[in-house]
Amino acid sequence: MNFLPENPYTRRAFLHRGLTLASASVTIPWFLHAGAAAIAAPDGAATKSRPGIPDDRILVVVQLAGGNDGLNTVIPFGDAEYYRARPGIGVMANQVLKLGKGQSADGIGLHPRLTGLKELYDEGALAIVQGVGYPNPNRSHFKSMDIWQTADTGGTGDGWLGRYFDNQCSGEPGGGCPGHAGIALGRAAPLAMQGHKYKPIAFETAELFRWSGLDLDDSMREPYSQIERGVETDSGNTGRDNAASFLMRTALDARIASERIRKAVDSTPLVQYPGNPLARQLAMVASMIRHGLETRVYYVSISGFDTHAGQGGAQGGHANLLGQVGDSLAAFSKDLKAQGNDGRVLTMTFSEFGRRVAQNGSGGTDHGTAAPMFIMGPMVRPGLTGRHPSLKDLDEGDLKFGTDFRSVYASILDDWMKTDARKVLGRPFPGTKLIKA
Amino acid sequence: MADQDRAGPTYSLRPIDRKDFGLDHARHLLWRAGFGGTPSQVRLIADWGPQKAVDHLLDFQGPAEETDETRAFDPSIMQPPSAEQRAVIQNARRKQNEDELARIRLERQRREQSDRGQIAHVRRWWLKRMVETARPLQEKLTLFWHGHFATSYRTIENSWHMFRQNQLFREHAAGNFGDLLRAIIRDPAMIAYLDNNDSRKEKPNENLARELMELFSLGVGNYSEDDIKEGARALTGYSFQYNDFKFYKDRHDTNNKHLLGASGNFDGDDFVRLILARPACSKFIATKLYRFFVSELPPKGTPEFRAVEGVIAGLAAELTGAKYEIKPVLRKLLQSDHFYDSSVRLARIKSPTELVIGAVRSLNTPVRDLGVVADAMDLMGQSLFFPPSVKGWDGERSWINTSTLFVRQNMLTYLVTGKTPTGYDPLAADDEYDPMPLIEGMTRDEAGSPTSPRDVARYLLRYVLGETAPTPRLNIITDFLTSSGAIDAQSLRGALALITAMPEYQLC
Repeated sequence: MNFLPENPYTRRAFLHRGLTLASASVTIPWFLHAGAAAIAAPDGAATKSRPGIPDDRILVVVQLAGGNDGLNTVIPFGDAEYYRARPGIGVMANQVLKLGKGQSADGIGLHPRLTGLKELYDEGALAIVQGVGYPNPNRSHFKSMDIWQTADTGGTGDGWLGRYFDNQCSGEPGGGCPGHAGIALGRAAPLAMQGHKYKPIAFETAELFRWSGLDLDDSMREPYSQIERGVETDSGNTGRDNAASFLMRTALDARIASERIRKAVDSTPLVQYPGNPLARQLAMVASMIRHGLETRVYYVSISGFDTHAGQGGAQGGHANLLGQVGDSLAAFSKDLKAQGNDGRVLTMTFSEFGRRVAQNGSGGTDHGTAAPMFIMGPMVRPGLTGRHPSLKDLDEGDLKFGTDFRSVYASILDDWMKTDARKVLGRPFPGTKLIKA
Repeated sequence: MADQDRAGPTYSLRPIDRKDFGLDHARHLLWRAGFGGTPSQVRLIADWGPQKAVDHLLDFQGPAEETDETRAFDPSIMQPPSAEQRAVIQNARRKQNEDELARIRLERQRREQSDRGQIAHVRRWWLKRMVETARPLQEKLTLFWHGHFATSYRTIENSWHMFRQNQLFREHAAGNFGDLLRAIIRDPAMIAYLDNNDSRKEKPNENLARELMELFSLGVGNYSEDDIKEGARALTGYSFQYNDFKFYKDRHDTNNKHLLGASGNFDGDDFVRLILARPACSKFIATKLYRFFVSELPPKGTPEFRAVEGVIAGLAAELTGAKYEIKPVLRKLLQSDHFYDSSVRLARIKSPTELVIGAVRSLNTPVRDLGVVADAMDLMGQSLFFPPSVKGWDGERSWINTSTLFVRQNMLTYLVTGKTPTGYDPLAADDEYDPMPLIEGMTRDEAGSPTSPRDVARYLLRYVLGETAPTPRLNIITDFLTSSGAIDAQSLRGALALITAMPEYQLC
């Protein structure tokens, strides 16, 4: 059962929307019809949870920018080598949140500030993929981020999620996915979501996804709404598919998306979120999900993980960042559960690289290689996947990766997004099963 | 649409009659062959007539900019390590000296960071140059070649090479296409981008040879896979050292090659010569110029498509006749009846560069913060020096989606008022835009009274949107100006913010 906000439409708004649909029907491309169908129904009703229908499934990507220290996130506290390499910043075994006995979990635990993720782990809603990386790792933030975002070891080409959208919507009459199929919270949409044809929507706050001229003066409102009305009339009347009518249609689409997104984000979340930027982004995502936007992929990010100096151990700068990540994700998960939407949402974290095994002379860590990824949601195959990378068998002081990150993408694309991962990634990447059958 | 030609569009390359050349035509020329113009510039061009106007633009009669800024660019940031430095690195690797390796890595990261700073500077410099230039067509052509020979900093990570390539495009802007091809196979940025730097006779790299034909000169279907292999052999040894082209004789394949129907011991220049001799080449370049300056091609199989093919054949013949000089073909095109046809005018979507530079040049707004402008252009999908692929930008409708449309409208609001989506440009108060000069020429123009809201609205719409605005649009701006109480800088800024938020403002 989906949470539906109480009667979200006034009669006037409904009638107005009805008119929009009528005049639009001749020239408006397919994706507006899809959007319009959702508009004509109360929020959310058009996207009620329909188990097994992949259109309902949502992926939320959480980017940890700067290179998260994987060894102090998923901690091999059972390995004496860990403490030898990190005398100042190692987290004591008695502080680590242990993941339990048996198999690979023995001697592995979460950073003490990741209590939020530990709860999810205990519920069976968290998968931890260990030692994720790629061959010939690049240690430049810029380059390695491109590599992760393009799923290409040269770091060139379109984004992997952008290719997914291109692929998914290529056969549609409109020639592509609607803009709000992917929403990134941030100033610019990440490369990952940029397709060859598909371009996502990006905004820091929903208020920015609109014409800023409205803020100049109250006297701008009425003439601007007349411009918009003109757009509606013109796009209804123009039979020819010229550049002008294309612009009019897009303007109309933008207005509808803007209204819906701002309305969604304006509502109060169902649970209390912590007061940090990542939590604010996730609260907005949860609201958009609750209001039934047809968005398939959301992208949020938190930065500050480039901990070259004084990163701390159980406490300190890095610990605080992890606390923000864990607490925000826990609140997000509770919110989705309260909505009844948790079964539709898969959340993954990634960072452009991990950090070196040994701490450096400044009580921090330098750019490294492999690191863990978290995959969240009630439908993940919970627990640890892959082995923790060896702290002894190193490559120039760096961990060797055990799982190619593209295997993780492939599993998400194949088993969650229900698309053909090979078409998106260019070749098969087998081996990782992260989603329950 | 008011002066829609009842006889249908013209596809003639005959020069337009001077008496048919009015304000709308002058405005059109300024937008397509440059970045728009103020009302007084539009009037001046209209007075000059098509011949003088095109000559002025095409012969780059305005003074060239010489700025000290380019002299401040540092050519050595990405200088490759010397033999001694390489020895140090190898030594550290061998001894697994982690501290030393970390130091070397950090040093390299610092240089990369500094170089990214410089490419941002080069970007701002080019934007400023486009805003200020007295030779708009030269910059427009530089932009054209940047899209044609698309090379991305993201891949080559060398700001000096990108800058030098940009200067190369400027130097050859309306020059000889053959010269440009010969220069591009010697251009360090291009060589690095298409991996020719390590191409040697034992193992030729085909990337440059392929794109040279497919994307730069002939187009798919006008060469064979064997031509690529043989062409790659002709290009072996074409590399660069530090900042300059270097031909490595020992890497060059001196054996006989069978290339584009000829056979001989060909090198890169022979390859270019053989390409230029192909009729497909002149047609390919004529098509590219047509799509940039006139319009996208109509759907294949339509009568319009066949008509446009005729236009392109005429341009291609001009190119061949002039031995690939670009100037004569552009002169013919920019003076032609077809170029000024009402179906051509206001039918293209402005690229982000045209939108931003055009707004500053035609409205005379302050430039404000070039960093903000460059960032906004990224969001609009055109990051200069970072084209998405070797194919350049797709252009036209691919520029526009729900996100970019707001970014475009908000960018115009920013230029006109200093308002950013999150607040105000801190310098907005000092850098207030005075739009009053825009309407100074009104009475002389017999366009009406500069104190009548309706006359002012009609005048602004004519120059800012182009052509004659439909009555509902005219009413919106008239009512806004009327309710503002006075025609002053503030009400004009409001009116301009509204006009530039109209979807049709995206057209040129």
